[in-house]
Amino acid sequence: MGTLNLDAKIPDGQLATKWGSHKSKIKLVSPANRKKYTVIVVGSGLAGAAAAATLGEMGYNVLCFCYQDSPRRAHSVAAQGGINSAKNYKNDGNTVERLFYDTIKGGDYRAREANVYRLAELSANIIDQCVAQGVPFARDYAGLLDTRSFGGVQVARTFYSAGQTGQQLLLGAYSALSRQIKAGTVKMFAAHEMLDLIVDGDGRARGIVSRDLRGGEIKSFIGDVVILCTGGYSNVYYLSTNAKGCNATAIWRAFKKGAAFANPCFTQIHPTCIPVSGDYQSKLTLMSESLRNDGRVWVPKKAGDKRPPNEIPEDERDYFLERRYPSFGNLCPRDIASRAAKERCDAGFGVGSTGFGVYLDFHDSIKKVGKDKIAERYGNLFDMYKELTDEDPYDVPMRIYPAPHYTMGGLWVDYNLMTTIPGLFAGGEANFSDHGANRLGASALMQGLADGYFILPLTIGDYLAGAKLSKLSTESSVVIDTENQVKERLNRLLSNKGKRTASDFHRELGRIVWDRCGMSRSAGGLREAIKMISDLGDRYWRDVLVGGTAFDLNQQLEIAGRVADFFELAVLMCVDALEREESCGGHFREEYQTADGEALRDDKNFSHVSVWSLNEANEQCELTKEPLKFENVSVATRSYK
Amino acid sequence: MALSDFYRTTVGKKVVMALSGAILVGFVFAHMAGNLKFFSGINPATGSYKFDEYGCFLRQFGSEIFGYSGFLWLARIVLLLALVAHAISGISLARLNRLAKPVVSQGARYSSANAASRSMIYGGLFLLLFIIYHILHLTTGTLHFRGFVEGSVYANVYNGFLSFPVAFFYIFSMICLALHLYHGAWSMFQTVGLTSSLWDSRLKLYARIFAYVIFLGFCSLPIGVWVGAVAKPNADVKVVICQ
Amino acid sequence: MNFKLKIWRQKLGNSQGFFSDYLISNIDPDTSFLEMLDILNEQLVIQGEDPVAFEHDCREGICGSCSMTINGRPHGPNRLTTACQLKMRSFADGAEIVIEPWRAKAFPIVKDLVTDRSAFDRIQQAGGYVSVNTGAACDANTIPVEKESADLSFYAASCIGCGACVAACPNGSAMLFTAAKVAQLSLLPQGAPERSHRAIAMVERMDQENFGGCTNHGECQAACPKDISIRFISDLNREFITAQAKKIYGKRASRRS
Repeated sequence: MGTLNLDAKIPDGQLATKWGSHKSKIKLVSPANRKKYTVIVVGSGLAGAAAAATLGEMGYNVLCFCYQDSPRRAHSVAAQGGINSAKNYKNDGNTVERLFYDTIKGGDYRAREANVYRLAELSANIIDQCVAQGVPFARDYAGLLDTRSFGGVQVARTFYSAGQTGQQLLLGAYSALSRQIKAGTVKMFAAHEMLDLIVDGDGRARGIVSRDLRGGEIKSFIGDVVILCTGGYSNVYYLSTNAKGCNATAIWRAFKKGAAFANPCFTQIHPTCIPVSGDYQSKLTLMSESLRNDGRVWVPKKAGDKRPPNEIPEDERDYFLERRYPSFGNLCPRDIASRAAKERCDAGFGVGSTGFGVYLDFHDSIKKVGKDKIAERYGNLFDMYKELTDEDPYDVPMRIYPAPHYTMGGLWVDYNLMTTIPGLFAGGEANFSDHGANRLGASALMQGLADGYFILPLTIGDYLAGAKLSKLSTESSVVIDTENQVKERLNRLLSNKGKRTASDFHRELGRIVWDRCGMSRSAGGLREAIKMISDLGDRYWRDVLVGGTAFDLNQQLEIAGRVADFFELAVLMCVDALEREESCGGHFREEYQTADGEALRDDKNFSHVSVWSLNEANEQCELTKEPLKFENVSVATRSYK
Repeated sequence: MALSDFYRTTVGKKVVMALSGAILVGFVFAHMAGNLKFFSGINPATGSYKFDEYGCFLRQFGSEIFGYSGFLWLARIVLLLALVAHAISGISLARLNRLAKPVVSQGARYSSANAASRSMIYGGLFLLLFIIYHILHLTTGTLHFRGFVEGSVYANVYNGFLSFPVAFFYIFSMICLALHLYHGAWSMFQTVGLTSSLWDSRLKLYARIFAYVIFLGFCSLPIGVWVGAVAKPNADVKVVICQ
Repeated sequence: MNFKLKIWRQKLGNSQGFFSDYLISNIDPDTSFLEMLDILNEQLVIQGEDPVAFEHDCREGICGSCSMTINGRPHGPNRLTTACQLKMRSFADGAEIVIEPWRAKAFPIVKDLVTDRSAFDRIQQAGGYVSVNTGAACDANTIPVEKESADLSFYAASCIGCGACVAACPNGSAMLFTAAKVAQLSLLPQGAPERSHRAIAMVERMDQENFGGCTNHGECQAACPKDISIRFISDLNREFITAQAKKIYGKRASRRS
């Protein structure tokens, strides 16, 4: 059992008043003093850009980093479907409480009540803020905001901009960030990748070591507080819906420096992606979940039926989601829809050349509302599908299959979003805070922006006002040491004269993790995976070939460093999955299921956050449990039947 | 100064081009329409060429206010200013654009740009030369060499076009002018923000029809002379006394 | 499928670039263009050669990272398609494919196919925002926005900032990019108060960044993977003229008072 002394710092009082009273008691930095503090923000996605912009507006001196060549390209840009909010514009009973409840239930009762409630509470402000920034949300003919429903819920609370909501929200945050860059409060370092965290003698996070991806320069940046908004680690699977550059290096380096990692095995497999077609494939393409509003998911009733979909008569089709989950049907949550599709394919009913695919059929909707209406709702997605597969979804049903998409796990943070390293905060997908074991659709954008716009800017002031920071310069020995470690690691990768590329290793790693720690897991498979990954990881350091130098734009070197960290993280994922002997949300252990194949949760033994940290010697991962208390919802078996 | 700030931007230069271009487009149309008088023969009431009378009309126009040929000179000054503004802004814009694109992609293929849009600067510079020649040829007669007589517009034009190289040069210049208008007559609307998706394509079509009309209208004179559609100038026809 | 690739190689921005020929074979027709380059790069690494540097990230046509001119067309031969979405089945087997970086003075080459597009960020910084601080917003439905305007604003906002418009423009102009951003904000009531300042500031910044001027070729629109229309350029021109007129008139008016 681990030795961490975890204090989530949940404020006292009623659930509904916790955030309000916390805000009024929190320590503040006076406006005149803010410019004396330097805040380092790593990542420029929704959480990072929003935090950097807001902190800049408040008067802090902000340094913002991203690995992309422009902050506008962070992968939040690719989110399609929408953003949830507790606004009751549809008069359908959408309230803060209901959004809170849906999120807790959707997360299979593995998230903190207080955090989730705060998220639901802030969700309304987010929409206001984004509209004020000029984010062009979809509107109705009265000129008011339109909403739609999304998987796992029965109210229409999702605000959207066609299938490009993430792009529009990110551009909103990017514009706010741009304004602060112009104002001089934020200094932007694009094409800079954080390679390590600087922790001072008092154990506080004080800066980062970064590499200029264009010129290769290794440089340290010192500040008073560091915020990581560096996204998730789905790319551990190699094939995922994440961007190619998405990586876990920042959070993994923080972990190595003492930040605890929570629930690493909670990963989300998104049900509606375009199936894999060949070995050459470098990424998977998501088709927005909103498609399930109008599309019906089915496979042939006869295993191995190779007839073209349009020739299979209605009564020979198995609409398996509608069959298994009659009340939610095609709109059941992601983990459930994904697993149901996998179950059918594993049983031999899958479609397409590989047999790993199910149909998503729009014929009935086109018949009902017309092709024009469907085109208006999903036109860009249909076009994209056609471009990628050479098939027209207006005529032929789409083929979809689940793919790694989001990681609920991440750096452990308290209510203030601070990790176990004082002065190190984590926001957005990089932390573990709000989604439990499964994230509901359209909630990632909400969480990223809540963290960035409304939570971090306040809690950071609280930390700074109370922190006594020692002097630290780029000449200090801890800084030089950290810098040297980074250089050493790069040199080790570069001087290796192996035979395989880092991507090649990454592909192999991905296959191991996907097969054994993907949509379903078993003790045997996980043990096997841990062994295989460790072996492959050892071979990686012996046999990887990078080439080029460190003093130049070297994309192979970037990949090699990221893959090295994925190896270590993958082991922890498997260890965590092995330890969690229950099925909940995205984590499905084959040993723990009901007779009809539904997940079997064990609230008695596993109603906790699994918090992993390195021991004193920095060698062994240790588990500490943060118990989850449910005082406002009654914990029940999650049913969408 | 706000106005010079405006002109310093690329958009400002383009607006100057569009506005001066609009003046020139208007002039070109009026010039072409007036030229068609070339085919209207002799006025039976006066016994003079209608074309010559038209020339006189232009000089007398507005004389009650501006005095004899006062309006004509006013128009000439406006046209000259428009031409100078058009040329200077066009040349400086072309220079900026060339600097902004120092290397062109191998086998760059254009799908929307056309010969007209790509040749604006070259066509424009050529038209500048043409205009100078044209004035020396048919306005002052300096380069006429075939018995230029001030006021005998019909005879001057007819005799001028009898020279094949001259007629050819005129037709070639009109090709350049039409090409220039083919792009410019639409482009000026876009530049001042008067296009919209609604009638954008229609406007483009009108601009192109306009270019053809101008081309045919102007070319009808030299061609008319060569195919014999108009009569040889007759020395007996009464000369218009214009004052 | 097999291809003969002719790829622009340039070690550093200021060094001399040149075309290098590469043969690549056994490519599945469903491979994307960038995956084909991945395969090439892995081969180059194994052979101890310097792999081709190119920008890429999301690989689903939304981040705007990928930026290469393929056979003389930015993002390649297919309309409304970024290089990452382009599949090799779009080319004939055995074809020669010429791959180049974006060509424009404002986008200096960093290495091989990678260019520096930070000029776009600076145009945005000049005025591509609504000056509202976090927390200062009123309820989102307080100001209704006509659906047509909202839709048009979204259409303009769908620009991914890839720079294909600049690469395609014979003048290396960034008018389409700038116009789309200006249009997005001035079509909405939230962006209206700053519209004059925005149009002037962004156009001036664009000029300072060494982009050329627009001569209405329409190449940008043809190359844009997101189908942004040049009608927004017309709108920007009008916006700019109005703003300048206001500025000139405003100065006189203030002098009078």
